[in-house]
Amino acid sequence: MLRLTRSAKIGLGAIVGVVLVFMYIPLSLVVLNSFNAARIATWPVTDFSLNWWVVAFTSEPIRAALLNSIVVGLGATALALVLGTLTAFALQRYSFFGKQTVNLLVVLPIALPGIVTGVALSNTYNNILEPIGIQIGYFGMIVAHATFCMVMVFNNVLARLRRMSPNLQEASMDLGAGLWQTFKLITFPQFRTAFVAGGLLAFALSFDEVVVTIFTAPPGVDTLPLWIMNQMARPNEASVVNVVATVIILASFIPVYVSQRLSRAEEED
Amino acid sequence: MTSTVPRVTPAEPGGVTTPGPGRVQPAGSKPLSTRLHRSPRLRLLGLLALPLTWLVGVYIFSLVMLLITAFWRTDPFTSKVIPGFTLDNFVRLVENPAYLSTSLRTLSIALLVTILSVVFSIPLGIFMAKVASPWLRAFLAVAITLPLWAGYLVKILAMRITFTENGFFNSALEPLGLSGPGFSYTTVVLTLTYLWFPYMALPVYTAVRQIPANLFDASADLGARSWTTIRTVVVPLLKPALIAGSIFTFSLSLGDYLAAKFVGGSTQMIGSVIASNINLNPPIAAAFSVVPIVFVLVYLFAVRKTGALDRM
Repeated sequence: MLRLTRSAKIGLGAIVGVVLVFMYIPLSLVVLNSFNAARIATWPVTDFSLNWWVVAFTSEPIRAALLNSIVVGLGATALALVLGTLTAFALQRYSFFGKQTVNLLVVLPIALPGIVTGVALSNTYNNILEPIGIQIGYFGMIVAHATFCMVMVFNNVLARLRRMSPNLQEASMDLGAGLWQTFKLITFPQFRTAFVAGGLLAFALSFDEVVVTIFTAPPGVDTLPLWIMNQMARPNEASVVNVVATVIILASFIPVYVSQRLSRAEEED
Repeated sequence: MTSTVPRVTPAEPGGVTTPGPGRVQPAGSKPLSTRLHRSPRLRLLGLLALPLTWLVGVYIFSLVMLLITAFWRTDPFTSKVIPGFTLDNFVRLVENPAYLSTSLRTLSIALLVTILSVVFSIPLGIFMAKVASPWLRAFLAVAITLPLWAGYLVKILAMRITFTENGFFNSALEPLGLSGPGFSYTTVVLTLTYLWFPYMALPVYTAVRQIPANLFDASADLGARSWTTIRTVVVPLLKPALIAGSIFTFSLSLGDYLAAKFVGGSTQMIGSVIASNINLNPPIAAAFSVVPIVFVLVYLFAVRKTGALDRM
C-alpha cells in the first residue's frame, strides 16, 4: 500500500476538493438559473419562478430540435453499430497488410477537430454532390455522425473480442453450425454487453455533437445542441436555455447509471 | 497492436459479415458458409468492404477534396473560387502575422489545457485509488464521470454564466478587491480544461489502481518517502495513461472554437478562422484546416511510438 503522511493525504484531499468545486459550481449555477425569474442569468438569483420551465416544455422549436437529435442519434448509432462491429472483427481476427492504417482510419474522424470533419463533409455535400443533382439534406447529418460514432462501437467490441476465447466458436462449427448460426448463438451473446455499451456511447456522442452538425445540418433544421447554441448567441433569451441545459444535466445520470450496471454485470459474468 | 494477444489463425471460424442462410440447415448444404469458411481472405474482404467504403469513400474523399481546395484561389472581386494550383494560401498562413499568432495561440491553449489536466489528474487518481475509502472512491468515480455526460454546450454555458461580468466568479472575488478573467484567453483555457478533464482523469485513475501494491512496499522498504515514491514509481508507470489522456485533451482543444466564441471575448483560435472564412474564402479556410491536422498527426505519430495508442 502507498504509505502517505497525514499532511500528504490532506494535501491530496484538498486538491480533489478544488477539482470537485471547479466541476460542480458552474453546473449548479445553470440549474439555479433555470428557476430564475429574470430574463437572463444573474448572480445572485433574487426572484425564483417556474416560468421558464413552462415556456421550455411548451416550446415547439425545442420539441422539434429534440426530435431531430433523437432521429439523427438513432440513425447514426444504427450505422455505427454495423460499421464498428465489422471493423472490430476484421482487426481482431486477421492480420493483414495495412491493418494499422485501418485502425488509424477509424480513429481519425474523432481525432481530427470536428470543424475539419464538418467543413470537409459540407464541402462534399454542397460543392460536389449538389452540382451533380444529389440533395443529401437530412441524411447528410446522419452520415456525418455515423462516421465519428463508429469508433465508440469499434473500441468496445474490439476490447471484448480480444478477451473472448475462440474455442467455443470452433466447437460450434465442429458440431455443424454454420457461420450465421454460430454468430447468433455463440459469438454475439459473448460480446452483447460491449455492443450495447458501444451503442450507448455512440448515441450519447451524437446527441451531444454540435460542431460537425453546424456545417452538415440542412438549413432550418436544429438539433438540440444547435438550438442551445443559437440561444446562447442571443443573450436576451438566455433563461429558457438554462432549463434545457438543466434537463440535459439531469439526463446525464442515465448513462452513468447504465454504465455502472453494465460494468457490474460484466464483473458477475 | 495485438502483439500481446495470441494471434488467431486465419482458419478460425466465425466470420460474421455475410449472414448465411437464416434457417437451420444440415451441415454440408451451406454453400456460402462453406465458401467463407474455406477462404479467410474472402471473410476479411466481407468484413472490411462496407466500413472501408464508408471511411475512404465518404470521409477520406471529403478530406482530400478539402485539401485540394486549399491549393485553389478566390477571385478577390467576385469571391468565386478558381481551381488551379497555388501555394499562396499556405504562404499567407505563415506571412500574415494575425494567422501565425492564431496558430501559435491555439497551440499554446491546447498545451496549457493538457498540462493543467495532467497536474490535477495525478493527485486525483492517487487520492481515489490509494487514499479514499471504497465508498468515497465509488462516489468520486461517479462525480468525475457525470460532467462527462453533461453536454458540451451545457458546460460552455455553465462557464459563461460563472465568468460573466456580473456573474458568480466576480462576485465571489469582489470582497477581496479582485476581479476574475472575464471572457478572455484564461477563461478559454479554463473552459477547455473543464470540458476535457475527465478524459485525462479517468485513464489516470484506472492506471493508478492497476499499480501492484508490492511496488509501494518495495519503494518504502528501500527508504523512499511518499513524495519520492510518487515521483519515481507512480508517475513513470502512469505515462501510457497520461499520453492516452493527452491525445484527447490536446486534439480536442486544438480544434475547438465554440469555447473561444462564447467565453473567449476577442480570443481567436484556428477553428474561429476556419469557421469565419468557410463561406467567404474557402481556399484559405481549407489551408487553415491543414494546420490542426498536421499538429494532431505529428502528435499521434510521436505518441504511436510509445505504444499508448494500443491501449486506447
